[in-house]
Amino acid sequence: MDDQKVQLIVFTLIFGLVAIMGFAASRWRRPDSIHSLEEWGLGGRAFGNWVTFFLLSGDVYTAYTFVAVPTLVYGIGAAGFFPVPFLVIVYPMLFVVLARFWSVCHVHGFVTPAEFVRARFGSRPLGTGIAVLGIVATMPYIALQLIGIEAVFEVMGLPKGWPLTVAFLVLALYTFNSGLRGPALVSIVKDTLVLWSVLSVVMIVSMMPGGWDPVFRLAEAKYAATPRVDDGLLLAPQSQLNYVTLALGSALALFLYPHTLTGVLASRNRGTLRRNLAVLPLYTLTLGILMLVGFAAIYSGTSAVGGNANTVVPQWFSENSPAWTAGMVFAAIGVGAMVPAAIMSIAAANLFTRDIYRVYLRPDASDKEQTYVSKIVSLTVKFGALLVILLLNTQFAIDLQLIGGVVIMQTLPAVALGLYTNWFHRWALMSGIGAGLLVGIVMLWQVPKLGGPDGTTVVREHFGGSAWPLDTIGIDSDASIYVGIVALAVNLIVTFAATPLFRALDVPDGRDETRSQDYVADEGDPTIRRMTEIIDGDQPREPVPAAQPTFFTPAAQRYRSYPQAGSPSRGYPPAERPSRRPFPRR
Amino acid sequence: MADRTLPTPRPRHAVAERPGLRGFFRRPDADRRNWLLLIPIVLPLLPALYNRVEPAFLGLPFFYWCQLGFAFLASSVIAYVHLRTR
Repeated sequence: MDDQKVQLIVFTLIFGLVAIMGFAASRWRRPDSIHSLEEWGLGGRAFGNWVTFFLLSGDVYTAYTFVAVPTLVYGIGAAGFFPVPFLVIVYPMLFVVLARFWSVCHVHGFVTPAEFVRARFGSRPLGTGIAVLGIVATMPYIALQLIGIEAVFEVMGLPKGWPLTVAFLVLALYTFNSGLRGPALVSIVKDTLVLWSVLSVVMIVSMMPGGWDPVFRLAEAKYAATPRVDDGLLLAPQSQLNYVTLALGSALALFLYPHTLTGVLASRNRGTLRRNLAVLPLYTLTLGILMLVGFAAIYSGTSAVGGNANTVVPQWFSENSPAWTAGMVFAAIGVGAMVPAAIMSIAAANLFTRDIYRVYLRPDASDKEQTYVSKIVSLTVKFGALLVILLLNTQFAIDLQLIGGVVIMQTLPAVALGLYTNWFHRWALMSGIGAGLLVGIVMLWQVPKLGGPDGTTVVREHFGGSAWPLDTIGIDSDASIYVGIVALAVNLIVTFAATPLFRALDVPDGRDETRSQDYVADEGDPTIRRMTEIIDGDQPREPVPAAQPTFFTPAAQRYRSYPQAGSPSRGYPPAERPSRRPFPRR
Repeated sequence: MADRTLPTPRPRHAVAERPGLRGFFRRPDADRRNWLLLIPIVLPLLPALYNRVEPAFLGLPFFYWCQLGFAFLASSVIAYVHLRTR
């Protein structure tokens, strides 16, 4: 039996297992009814340490990363290594903000970041804007996952159309059926496969004569031989600014992507989240080692199949590992595309349901109706992505994703800084987003795509990448900078400057519906109430556990029963208490 | 930290509410240890530190193994802050 057949059999077996698990997931920790957005879209908000780890790692380390980044390293060397610093610095950043985000969303029952912004700044248009930006940024990201699977299919010798459609149909159906439980369960398989892929890379390279040393020596010789000046084993001086800003910008964007926040909200409590953020940097090591495959591919003389540069990694495994391991690696990429694609489509669907459908179309939509709408939208989003890949070319999806990253970064002042302060004026935030988007898209438009043997010939005039050359505006330098960072800087400047301006003009502020203690509440606190109770109201209300505060409660008791969310008394005895009535009391 | 020694544990977020105030206030979860998190954020953003080949480790140039090493640094700093600010 030839290698390709074995690979295909292993891949199909694992894929079949994953499909069964995806459907069975709807019975896993089965709730009374899956027909609520909290159950379908957030897995009941009850995932513990392990499941949260698998879900977040499956969410952040996507198939496209595993395929495209080593390809970048293969092409230009050190400058393609930026995802490692990006995925290291992102966790300390997330550590301070995510716990606050988790708490406020649990107290108020938010499912999406846009709902939080709407409540924090009291502005419906701002919330809708955040939702639209989130959906716009997420959709091309789903399409990119398909590019990852496509590379694997190409190496296995499958045709372009129907295998991708079948794979996505399976994904769409089990997401429809099981919601977030599907990707959560499947991501366990994904992480096992990724771990095996990493171990096999280490073993294969260790068994080569000399280990990593000749691999890097040969790579260095290859980069030195090319006429390009921006490649090499180390960063060229003009690449450093772009390297740093790209790492920083990607880290900021990752927090703001709706699918990350969906994964975060599914965790059970703050401790779960914080423990996971302490461990997740180590997962970056797996990505780092897979990126070194780019160098190993130079050493082994691997070249891309069928003109698709992304096939370098799968092709290297196909040539250098036993066929069954190659099959497992392909399955890792395939399943690694399924998990984030499912979470992204759920996140986009939740944004639509909670921030567009329920705000504008059907404000009194029942829980069941919302879940149904979300399911339909998640299907639509996935098939939209599939059509983009099958009908338009893949470059279009990559360009859109590039814009998407810049777009999602513009929500930073409202979503991330909003977790810390409500000082910003709602109209200032909107002006900032507008200014940032304008600057970002104009700059992306200005970036030419360079190609040719020495990397200086202009292949395409516009939307050629995210590295904006500084000499576009006449700065005498070879360096370039990541567009997103500049756009975000403009956004922040406008937001900070326009806030006092709008206050001075007496434009009314929105009403902040959150309170400072909402941002530190944890599981088990009496302020955390079931979301269905607060928002939907069509569920039977559970009795609020804490006792009513009374005026003459001893101090120690009073601390235990601080005011409930939404209670008008704010710690004071209620107005109907006899002690507050004026004399003479009757 | 200090509120652990109170006879009755008071939830840290049971702070007095100041309705209608806007701006930057001291937060109940503020902690000086959180500033430690800046170390694993800033170090990987300084390529001048690690943009070199020597010393190599297991054949990996310094550029690569140093950045992979930052993952351990980030993990330990976050774990420390998590355990100390609970």
